[in-house]
Amino acid sequence: MKMAKENNVKLHGMWASPYVKRVEIALKIKGIPYEFVEEDLVNKSQLLLQYNPVHKKVPVLIHNGKPICESLVILEYIDETWKNGPPLLPQDPYKRAKVRFWTSFVEKELFENLLLVARSEGEAQEKAIKVVFEKLQLLEEGLKDLFQGETYHIDGETMGILDIVLCSLFGAHEAQEEVLGVKFIDPEKFPLVCSWVTALTEVTAVKELRPPHEKLVAVLQFIRQRALQASAA
Amino acid sequence: MAEEVKLFGSWASPYTSRVKVVLKLKGIEYENVEEDLSNKSPLLLKYNPIHKKVPVFLHHGKPIAESLIIIEYIDETWKHNPILPIDPYDRAMARFWAKFIDEKIQPAVWKTLLAGENEREAAIEEAHQLLKTLERELNGKKFFGGESLGFLDVAGNVVVWLEVSQEALGMNLLDKEKFPILHEWCQRVLDDDAFKQVMPPKEKLLAFTRARFEAFLGPK
Repeated sequence: MKMAKENNVKLHGMWASPYVKRVEIALKIKGIPYEFVEEDLVNKSQLLLQYNPVHKKVPVLIHNGKPICESLVILEYIDETWKNGPPLLPQDPYKRAKVRFWTSFVEKELFENLLLVARSEGEAQEKAIKVVFEKLQLLEEGLKDLFQGETYHIDGETMGILDIVLCSLFGAHEAQEEVLGVKFIDPEKFPLVCSWVTALTEVTAVKELRPPHEKLVAVLQFIRQRALQASAA
Repeated sequence: MAEEVKLFGSWASPYTSRVKVVLKLKGIEYENVEEDLSNKSPLLLKYNPIHKKVPVFLHHGKPIAESLIIIEYIDETWKHNPILPIDPYDRAMARFWAKFIDEKIQPAVWKTLLAGENEREAAIEEAHQLLKTLERELNGKKFFGGESLGFLDVAGNVVVWLEVSQEALGMNLLDKEKFPILHEWCQRVLDDDAFKQVMPPKEKLLAFTRARFEAFLGPK
């Protein structure tokens, strides 16, 4: 089908950012060609600051010159704009609501607390680890409800926004284990979450976009060191 | 056709109020279940076990939590009088700014309330900057949604509630001299038919806010 107007898609991002990864995965799954503009987050480009004056962050998607910011907002925009590729959200409004709910949960409850684990040590870290385990337990329970009655099928090629967000968080779990010394994706504690994350890491788009293990370890170590130094100062 | 529509909420919750405004705008009949937030009902805890909060929307026995998620569901299910814009880019903008209100403005406002003497000025300055950023988005429009209330105006109700209740908190964060455009927008929203019918009476809200704030701070 011929496109009525030219589709120019640019993504301003940074290779190690999980938020950017979400958008990259979505674009790949939909088969949308795009130009990736690597940003130095220590030295942000004028263009980035112009496109995202409010948050000054990546990712920013530029579609035919118009910027969209915030990864979850971008994902929904992509789904509503490119209707030809596999859908990122279900059709049914109730299922959409459930997916949005759990996506929000992973984003707010798991992401934030995992970051806390990475940036702290000692008692503060132990506390944060406990919270992550609690949230994972809630997710494990929630998956039973989400999958109930239907096979939530991961076919190796497509993903929805919840898959994408969960994968952007725990896709690098092996690097996280190595640096943080904690196993969150534990098949005994959280069998559903674990099998789901494992299946997601096997999706073609995810495999193609995953940075090498050593690089992920190095980045996580860097984030951790910098945070610990900052709090010690 | 009577569809089973229920809303578990609290009159004092702006998040509940968001959903009520949308139901009013769409003319959807529903059963209102008033929750006592100090003594939450077993049903509420059953329908929202994760967050245990209001609002919770029930349609054909199926629960949905989180006010903005509920509103998107309502908009997708009852398609007349759309709340969200039609164009995907406009929808993205509405969602972006709604997120900004909930994730940036709200916490910043809370920070000014909880800040110690040393941090208060900086906290107020931060909140002011964020409110100014939001104000700029009105850009000469009557409402964020254009000629009539839209998704972002509904999400922005927390700003309206702040304007109304701030005197009970002993603050003037949304100073009408500093934010004339936002102030005028607040008045237009308060004057809107649907919003008017759903907004709690000012005195009741002030009394509640005062009591809650004092309880929160503890004895002086």
